[in-house]
This record gives sequence, structure tokens and C-alpha cells, in this order.
Amino acid sequence: MSVYVLVEHDRGDVEPTSLEALTFARSRGVVTAVLVGHGADRAAAGLGDYGAAAVTIATNDLLADYGPDAWADALRQIIEADGATEVLASGTDRGNEVMAQLAARLDLPMVANVLEIGESGEVLRLQWGGSLHEQASTPGPVLLYTLSPHTVEATGGAGAEAVLVERPVDLDATALVTMIKDRVTTAEGITLATAPIVVSGGRGMGSAEAFDMLEELAALVGGKVGCSRVVTNNGWRNHRDQVGQTGTVVAPDVYLACGISGAIQHWVGMMNAKTVIAINTDKDAPMVTKADYAIVADLHEVVPAIIEEIKQRHG
Amino acid sequence: MRILVCIKRVPAPGAKINLTPDAQAIDATNLGFTISPHEECAVEEAVRQAEQHAGSVTVLTLGPPEAEEQLRSALAVGADEAVLMPTDSVAWDPMATARALTAGIAELEVDGQFDLILFGNESADSGGYQVGIRVAHALGRPMVNGIKGVTISDGVASARRETATSNEVFELPLPAVLGIKEGINLPRYPTLKGRMSAKKKDVVRSVPEHRPGGPHLIRLVTPAQQATATVILGTGPDAARGLVDVLEETGIL
Amino acid sequence: MSDAEIPQQASVVVIGAGIVGNCLVGHLAEMGWRDIVQIDKGPLPNPGGSTGHASNFIFPVDHNKEMAMLTLDSQRQYEEMGVSTTSGGIEVARTEERMEELRRRMTSAKAWGIESHLVSPAEVKELVPFIDESVIIGGFHTPSVSVVDSLRAGTIMRERAQALDAITISPVTEVQDIVVEGGRVTGVLTNKGLINAEYVVIACGVWSPKLAAMAGATIPLTPAVHQMIDVGPLETLQATNNEIGFPIVRDMDTFCYERQTGGSMEVGSYAHRPILHRPESIPSIEEARLSPTELPLTQDDFDPQLEQALELMPFLGDAEMRYGINGLLSLTPDGMPLLGETVEVKNLWSAAAVWIKEGPGIGKLVAEWMTHGYPEIDPHSSDIARFYDYARTWHHVEARTSEAFNKTYGIIHPREQWDSDRNKRISPFYVRELELDAVFFEAGGWERPQWYESNKYLVEAYADQIPTREHEWDARWYSPIINAEHLHLREHVGMVDLSAFAIFDVHGPGVVDYIQKMAVNQCDVEVGRAVYTPILTHDGGFRSDLTIMRLGDEHYRIVTGGGDGGRDAYWFKKNLPEDGSLTFEDKTSAIATLGVWGPSARALMESVTEDDISNEAFPYGRTKEVTIGGVKALMFRISYVGDLGWEIYVPMERGLQLWDTIWEAGQALQVRPVGGGVYGNTGRIEKGYRLMGAELESEYSPVEAGLARPKVKSADFIGKEAYLKAREDGPAAVMCTFTMESQVSSAGVERFPSGNEPILTADGDRIVDAKGRPSYVTTAGAGPSVGKYLLMGYLPTDLAVEGADFSVMYMNELYPIKVAVAGSKPLFDPDDSRMKL
Repeated sequence: MSVYVLVEHDRGDVEPTSLEALTFARSRGVVTAVLVGHGADRAAAGLGDYGAAAVTIATNDLLADYGPDAWADALRQIIEADGATEVLASGTDRGNEVMAQLAARLDLPMVANVLEIGESGEVLRLQWGGSLHEQASTPGPVLLYTLSPHTVEATGGAGAEAVLVERPVDLDATALVTMIKDRVTTAEGITLATAPIVVSGGRGMGSAEAFDMLEELAALVGGKVGCSRVVTNNGWRNHRDQVGQTGTVVAPDVYLACGISGAIQHWVGMMNAKTVIAINTDKDAPMVTKADYAIVADLHEVVPAIIEEIKQRHG
Repeated sequence: MRILVCIKRVPAPGAKINLTPDAQAIDATNLGFTISPHEECAVEEAVRQAEQHAGSVTVLTLGPPEAEEQLRSALAVGADEAVLMPTDSVAWDPMATARALTAGIAELEVDGQFDLILFGNESADSGGYQVGIRVAHALGRPMVNGIKGVTISDGVASARRETATSNEVFELPLPAVLGIKEGINLPRYPTLKGRMSAKKKDVVRSVPEHRPGGPHLIRLVTPAQQATATVILGTGPDAARGLVDVLEETGIL
Repeated sequence: MSDAEIPQQASVVVIGAGIVGNCLVGHLAEMGWRDIVQIDKGPLPNPGGSTGHASNFIFPVDHNKEMAMLTLDSQRQYEEMGVSTTSGGIEVARTEERMEELRRRMTSAKAWGIESHLVSPAEVKELVPFIDESVIIGGFHTPSVSVVDSLRAGTIMRERAQALDAITISPVTEVQDIVVEGGRVTGVLTNKGLINAEYVVIACGVWSPKLAAMAGATIPLTPAVHQMIDVGPLETLQATNNEIGFPIVRDMDTFCYERQTGGSMEVGSYAHRPILHRPESIPSIEEARLSPTELPLTQDDFDPQLEQALELMPFLGDAEMRYGINGLLSLTPDGMPLLGETVEVKNLWSAAAVWIKEGPGIGKLVAEWMTHGYPEIDPHSSDIARFYDYARTWHHVEARTSEAFNKTYGIIHPREQWDSDRNKRISPFYVRELELDAVFFEAGGWERPQWYESNKYLVEAYADQIPTREHEWDARWYSPIINAEHLHLREHVGMVDLSAFAIFDVHGPGVVDYIQKMAVNQCDVEVGRAVYTPILTHDGGFRSDLTIMRLGDEHYRIVTGGGDGGRDAYWFKKNLPEDGSLTFEDKTSAIATLGVWGPSARALMESVTEDDISNEAFPYGRTKEVTIGGVKALMFRISYVGDLGWEIYVPMERGLQLWDTIWEAGQALQVRPVGGGVYGNTGRIEKGYRLMGAELESEYSPVEAGLARPKVKSADFIGKEAYLKAREDGPAAVMCTFTMESQVSSAGVERFPSGNEPILTADGDRIVDAKGRPSYVTTAGAGPSVGKYLLMGYLPTDLAVEGADFSVMYMNELYPIKVAVAGSKPLFDPDDSRMKL
């Protein structure tokens, strides 16, 4: 079995969940990692440790930045030339987008957000952001899919250095139409998706101003502030901070939910957190009953007390 | 400017989702239906763009006859025309859906192209992340997904996509296709007048051809819930100490 | 999350923490109950039932006295709790027919002492500036209409019970079973364990039937959809800066209301098709998007209402629809609540089908009932025991609630009959009645002729004695044939189908003591005698009036009206000796009853029987086994219409033969079939006979009803102590019969009150007795033989003077009336000579 994994990177920075995809692919066959675009060389280093037997870098002078058509076209040329029978990416925005573009080009099925692949080839995938699962079959000579993020843990230590191959690809002008033209940096450092702790607020916060104390707490513990959908609907936070099915899916070490009732659409966005702590006045709220730890009290009293306690202990 | 928005009728479930006995669908007996959230934003965006550029908005859905309800919801918030491609009860796979929509759009474009076609980033229910992309590819138009900002001028759609650390800007010459993501706007509610005028509009019907592709739904499965025994750290501010203990144990502090 | 322990023992488990359960536990605690356990499967303070999405406003005016009293009491309680805001409310009319209904509501407002005014469109506009007054022709303004916080009220009531250390409250506790042993409830099994309990109350709103079924009991209600939407924001409303600053508007003709809630407007509708749900299929809290009783709005059903709302309030047009639900509420076959001990299981109580407006009043009523044996406000029309088996089926509940739903704001005539689920109980005479063109009314589920169109020719014969009802409202559900049948019976003889009677036989050793315990009057009489007697509550109010026949040494037969058979069966069964020594048999479905009355009744009956039925051999008030043609029958010499005659009891399957035998023999004597219009109304009102639920209710004593006998039997009976005291104290009010002195309205048309109108001083002032009870018309009807339109009603004792002048208000106009009889003496044939010939 030759399994091809699109390793996503942003100008050389590897998307962490692509390493999960590599880890997963190891159990599927001999793994070739495919990298496209500027900075790929830097990204290629260390992929062998996650199980890539070979790393193929698609090269073309026009591959300056990310573009779904360019990436998909490059990937298509490589897998067609190599006769890959299974191609996957991580189920991120880009991963899903490129795999769908690839599938459209090949006129083959594509399965988004796969959790498992059975022996008979049946796949188990997410529906409803994870509230439901779907068993599906995929006809066709090449199995195209994305792996649902946080399904497996990325584990290195596979050993050997991967064989690095550069492969020139042809790109026409139409593939460049959808390439990123410009970018504006909006944040530095850790992000909501990568933060070890997410301090999240919901309806119980009551106002945009109340998030100031969550910001203070997040800064103290090295985390980021998240929120529920009702918060963005009320205009208290930018949608960028929204955790959930239609926002960002996170899997931090600790998820601290303040005044979030825990609707299923929110839960599926953070259910892979290792430890969930809820602060809520309603002891019967789903977030409280599903949490590992809970404080049944008014967050407006508890959060300042937490900040105070941390300051005392850790100066 | 002519804008087309493709929407999907999806159930609006509660915290617990029940399946039909054959596990082929959600048991929607007590559920309402809605437009998938990203698409709700797409409709809003289309209406705003049409208001700005003196354009018109057509909404299109492929779905059961009852999906007329969602078309009327879109009409109530400002869409001008609605087209229903009625399906049978079988769930259509993403390839079949894309093929039918492509054919439907071609039919609608007999009198002229849509300058902009909007999809949602992904549907709330099946979440296949591909129908819009397949349609765009079949139509030979550029498409970017995950868009949270659109500006149109001089025949170019400048589209913004957010990553965790940056805003990426794409510039697509029209006609183009965009996958819209929630957060681009706050969709308006229908007014009473809007609802009443939507009620009176015609919904055009166009029966699609069913050409299955894949993947094929075998069955839906309810994920096993892991039971948690919640540890209550306290019922007042003094519980903060216990919480900080936990942060220390988990290595956060 | 781990759950607190729940008690293993309780005096009473109240299931449900909606408005009813909460008010009930508060009142129970205040009345001295301890060890109360209240559970709900949902969280507090809003467990997800109908209370959580209620529109929370209270219009106090109701035509029904019991409901009006409960609502007024509830308004007082909400106010006392500090959770009430008086907003005022206006019912607007778009049609003349509705204006007439509003005038009728003025009459009810006056009867129950509620301040209301009829207002012009311009006056409505002044109160509600955003209305388009051109679409209405008038309004009915009640300044005391209020908006309450029912969730807060519930919390306050629970806290009252907690303050008394009387209660354990356990939310998120689901009932898995209700345990019944030997016909008596003994506990509630929950997901947190078993609670042994002496009493269990089901106050579960729309889920109540499901809970009752766990115990093998029935609570006949259905969850039904009431649609509402929230539209806003609206600057005009935001500017009031409070929850409600404008009066609530009920747009009666479109079955719709508009109620401000903060900066937006709630529009609610009762105009859509009836949408019923089954209690078993209501989604759980987890399955529901909003809450189990807030189902998704089916927009198509609501759309027509939008248009009508916009007509009345154009400013709603640009407001946004932000929230809309198909809210579930409880409906019952007759629109009234379901209160009291269930008939199937002892100590299992129902407090269901209650709306916000009457919640606290009902909480108090049920608490009183459980504590003292009977409540202060007579629960006659809310008593769950009122329903017969046929009404305890989904089939009936579905049919009647579907029919009733669109009448929520409808104009319902007091004599109006149901269309749906008819022909349930059919007497053996039915086939003949059809041939005689009977017009059927429903009585206790039975089809009972109200009059016979085949008697139309009699109207001409008595034309000079029968007034014409020109006004359509007064003529509705009425026929002058009733008067004609009445006059014909008084002159010749009539046959009356009485098969709707409820009949219970009680046998066994000690039956005399049992009957004596139940009845006020002396029932230890010789075999063959029958006694008409009040049945009292423990505190001496009327529970029933009925006839008890002694048919053997150890055998009594109880005969009561079809309307009250369910309640009476419950009461008699409840008081049976625990040792099982007596047998109680409901013979209602086994026995057909035919009444034969009129001056020629004896001649007619003598022609069909060889038994001696002369006055000497068969005096008044006796029963006798006779053979009529080939039919063995029990004859009972009695009369509710004031003329000589008998009630004749035969096995159901012999009924037709009995009818034919008497009918054929009666042709020579001009026998005619006579309907319930005479039997239940004109005949009895001329004789001043009282009817349970009208003149007789628990709020009045036999002394006040004029039914106290000169002596009190020595045997003990239920309510005796109170009865003796009532005799000593004398009546605070006296039942009177009035004659209408003029019936001509300001429009020059003769009018005919139908009951429940206020009896006022000649000047139109309200009359209230020393116990605070208002005077109102308990029964109204023609007196064809006395040539007057008659009314019955209580007057304070000092005003109950024969010949005194008063007035009655009807459709907001006053008519002069005069006391014809104070007390129980009949107006027609005062010494009863016609019956005792």
C-alpha cells in the first residue's frame, strides 16, 4: 500500500495535526509525505521521525504561497505519477479544501474528517461536528480523505530519515488565481488552536467587559481566551475566538469554561480537551455534568479569586 | 450583479440526537429545520452585496420538498428569487449533489451568468467540505473556502480568510465561487413584512437528475458517551484554591 | 454531578415544580404539612414545562364563576408575593357579534365584582397609541389585568415551605414508577431511589397523563400547541423602560393577543389548526432544542396571524421576528382543570391542566382539599372525578380538545353543544326519538332529546302563551317547542327519556349505617320508600343532592343526575367501609329510565299494568315492582316537573318495549315525548327545584338552599356538625325565585337571560352577602305555566323579601325583577297538589 499524506505547512511551519495524519498513515502502509509551496524544505525536516519513508516536495517557481488550486494540482500530478492508492490530509481548513479540489479533479469521492478505517474499507467519519458519526463506503481506485484532527496523537520516534525527493510540477495560470495575494498578521505566538489552556466564556459572562478578567487569567496561565457562539452573536467577542462546530475546534490540556451551558455545538469543539473545568451557577448545566471538575458558583466572584490565588502562589 | 446562494435544509437538534430506526437519518419528529449556519451568513452576505451593488439574489437548494421552508426564510431576509431542486427521501452523496447543482446552475444561467456563487464552508449535518468546490470546478470558476470577509470592486472579489494568526487575502476575478464561514456577519432576523412578502413569492422548481458518486452512507452511529464523575471543587470563590491545584497538577502552572 | 440523597419517607410527594406544584407545596406547608418531598425531572427554577414559556398575563373576567374566583384569588396571591404588575388589558372587537360578547363580558365582570369598561376605538387608541383604531369597533377594558412572574412566584412558594422546614426539594429527579398497593398509592420510585409516601400529587402539566398511567390512573388532558412569536426591538416599547408599560391587547376576532415584553412584542395565537401532541412523545430536555415544551414554530400555521397583527398594529411590520415557538400547554375535554384525588387510585391526586392565571388559587384549593377534605371554592367543574370512562380515552380527549381549541377566544353560547365524539351513550328509546325528530343535547355523554321537532304543531296550539325570541342570541340552542311541550305535559301527559341518570346499587350488611353516614336526611326507612337528600362535604357545604331508594333490607339504590354521576360515584365509593363488607355496583349502563308525567299519567299507566297504582296503594315517594305489558319494572313515584307521575326503571334491553307499550297506550290520551328543556329547566324552575352545580354548591348550606328539614336525624352523617351549626346560625343568604318584570331592551327587543348574570339592587348596585358571596342568576328559564320568565338566585337573608324589587344585568343592560318566592316554596302549584293526586 502506498499512502500519500499531504503535509500542510505555512511557509515552512508544519501544521501540527499533519503529524497526526502521518502517524495515522503509518498504520495504513508505506508513507510518502507530500509538501507543496514555499518553505517546504524547512518543513520536510523531521517528517521521517513521524513515519514518512519518503518526502516528496513539489516544486515550481510559481508556488510562492498557499493556493488551493495550485496545491491540489501539484498533489494530483504527484499521486497520479506514483500511482498512489490512498491520499490523506488533516481535516483542517486547508486540508479539507485541497482534498476536495483534488477529488473534484479526479472525479472521485472524498471523505472528510475520518476517524477510523475498517478492515473492509468502511470508514467512520464525523457528522454534526462530532455529535454523530457516519459509517460510509467509498468506491473508487484511490481513497481520498482527511483525518479528523485530534483523533490520534502525533507520535514520533519512527526512526529513519526519510528519502527527500524534489518533483517539479506543471502549473498553469488558472491555478494561481486562488493563491494568497496578501496577508495581515493578526496575532503572534500561541493561538486558540495550539494553546495548552483555553479560558472560555459564555452567556454567563454577561458583557464584553467581563472578558477582561478572562484575558488577565489567560495571560497568567499562558493560554488563550475562547468563547461560545452566543458571545459572538451578542458582539462581545470576535468570531475568531469562537470555539465549537462552526468556530474553532480545540484540544488543549485544560479547557476552563466560564458561564458556558455546554450546548452540543460547543461541546464538539472542545471535547478533545484533556481536562475540562466548568464554572457555572447551574449545577445541572451540561458543561458542569460533563466536566472533570466544576465550581458551582458565580464566575464573577470565582475568576477574580483564581487570579488572586495564582498571583499569591506564583508571584 | 447577480448572486446565487446555495443553501441546505438541516434539522436543528438539541443536545441529544435521536436516529431513525434504520439509522439512515436523524429522527426529526420534534425538531425544527433551519438553513445551515454558514449558509445563513452566506445569504446575509449576498443580500448585503446586492444592496451595495444594486444586484439580485437567487437562493437555490437541493433537498426534500419541505426545503421550500428554508427558501422562504431566505426570501424573508431579502433574497429575490428561489429555486428548489426537489429530491426523494434518499440522502444524496456529495458528488451527486454537486452534479445536480452544477446542472441546475447551468439551467439558471441560460439568461446570464451569476457573478458570484456563495456556498457555506461546510454543512452543519454531513459536513463533507466539498460540494461547493466540486461545483466551482465543474463550472470552471475559481473558488476559495472559509471566507470571512468579501469586498467586490471592478469585477474582482477580494476575499478574506482567517487563520489563527493572520488574515489571508484572495483576489478572485468574477465570476467566482466563495465558501462563506460564520463570523463574516451577523445575519438579520426577518421582519414581519419580509416574512409576509416572502410568503407571496413563487418558488421555481427544477427536478434534478440523480447521479450518485460517493461516499455512500451506510449508517449513522451515536458516539459512545463517556460517563464523567464531575468533581465539585466548591460552591463559592474559595474553590479557586482547588482549581489552582488542578492547574498545577496538569502542569499548566 | 453526584446527587444529594432523597428522603425515603414522605407525607406527600409532589411531582412537578411548575406553577401548580410550587404553589401547592407552599400552601400545604402553611396548612401544617411536613415531610413534603417535591421532585421534578428538570432543573430549577425552570424545569422546562409550560410555566417556563407562559405569557404570564391574567385577564380576570370569565363567564364561569369557579374560574373567575380562582383567577381573582390567584391575582391576589401574585400581588401579595410582589411578582405582579398591573398593566390593564383590552379585548378589542372587530365585529358587532364580538361587541355583543363584550357586553356579555361586562355582565360577567359585574357579577364577579371586577371593574371593566366598554371603550370606544378612540379610547383604545389613547391607551394603546400604536393601534390602528380603524380596524376595531370597540373594546372591553379591564384595568386590573396583570402580568406576573410565574417562575419567581414558584420560587417564593417553595421557599415558604423551606422556611417552615417542611420540604425537601429534589430537581433533576425522574419518576420511574408510581407504586400502588391494594388500590392505594404508597410511593414514588425515582432514579435516585424509592420514596415511600402517604400521598402523591401529580402536578406535571402536559406530562401528567404519562405519570398517571404509571399508577394505572387517568388524567385526561392533551398537550396542545399554542404558537407565539417575539418581535422587536420596537422603540415605542423600549421607551417604557420596563417589562410592560402598555395594556395587553386581545384581538378577539382573530384569536390573537399582543403583549409587550420589555422592548419587544409577544404575539400569541389560538387561531391555527389544533396541533396536539402525546405526552409520551414530548422530547426530553436533552432532545429539545429550547425546552421540552418549546417546540419549533411551524411558521406556515402562524403566517395568517402576522397579517392580522399588522392590521391592528402597523408598527410591527418593520420589527424582527427573533423567537417563535410552538409552545405546549394542557387542554382538557371541557376546558377546565383536573383537580382532586384520582378515581382509580386512593391518595393519588391530580393538580393538572392549570394555566398561570389560576395557578396559585388552585395550589391553595388543592391544599385545602387535601387538608380539610373539601376546599373553600367549590371545585365542582374542575373535579377530575367528573369524567366518565368514555372521557378518559385519547379518542375523546383528542376530539373535544381539537374542537375546543379555536374556541379559546371564541364566543361560546352557554347552551352550546359539542359536535365531536357524539353518540357515545345511547338509550334504548333512541330509535323512537329519532323517528320523532328529537333534537339531542348531551348529558353525561348520553344523547338526550332536548325537544322534539315533531311537537312543532303544539307551538301553534299554545301560541298565546309562548313568547317569541326575536334576538338570535337568545333563540340560539333553544326552541319554542320546549314551552309547548311543557304546556302540553301540564295538560295531558308526556314521556321523558331519563336514561342519563347515574344509578348505583349498594348491598350488604351494615348498608343502612353506611347510607345514613352519607346522607343528611333519614334513610333508615321501610323498604319501598325513597328519600331525596342533600349529601354534604365535611364542612357542611353541598356536595350533591340525589335520591336514595331502599329496595331491600340490605339494598339501597342511589339515583343521581347524569352530569354528576362521576363525582357522586367517586364520593360514595371513597366512603365505603374499608373491610369490603358492602358491594357497590354502578348500574347506569344496565338500567333504562323513562319518566311519565302529566294529569293523565295515572290513566295511561293503569292502561298498561294490572298492578294497583292508585294514590292509596302507591303514594308519593314510594317505589314498587310492577309489570308493564310484558316488562318487569320498578316504578318510583316522584316528580321533578311538578305533575303526577313516575320514573320507570327497566333493564336496558327492555327499554324499547317499555316505550312502545306506553306510547301505543298513550295515543288515546294524547301522550307526547317531552325533552330535557322541560325536565331540566322550565318544569323544575316553576317548581323551584334546585340543581347541583347551579343552586347547590359547597359554598352554600342546605339551610341557605332551603332544603333543611324541620328535624335532624339522630344518626351521624358527614357534615353533621357543620350542618347543625348552620341551622343554629341561620342562613346568610336565601335561595329565591324571581320573575322578570320587563324583558324589553333599550333596542325594544325582548331579552332572555341564560344564567350567571348579576342580581343587583333596583338601582344596579352589586349585592354581596355577609360571607362575601355575590348574588347572581343560578338558573334562568321560562315559566310557561306561570306566564313569566323566571330566575333563581341567592339574596342576603335581609333582602330576601317576597315582592321586593331588584334588577338583573343582561348584556350590560338592567332589567327589573321581583322576588316571587323566598325559600323553597314552588311558584307553580305551591302545595304540590298536582303531584300528589
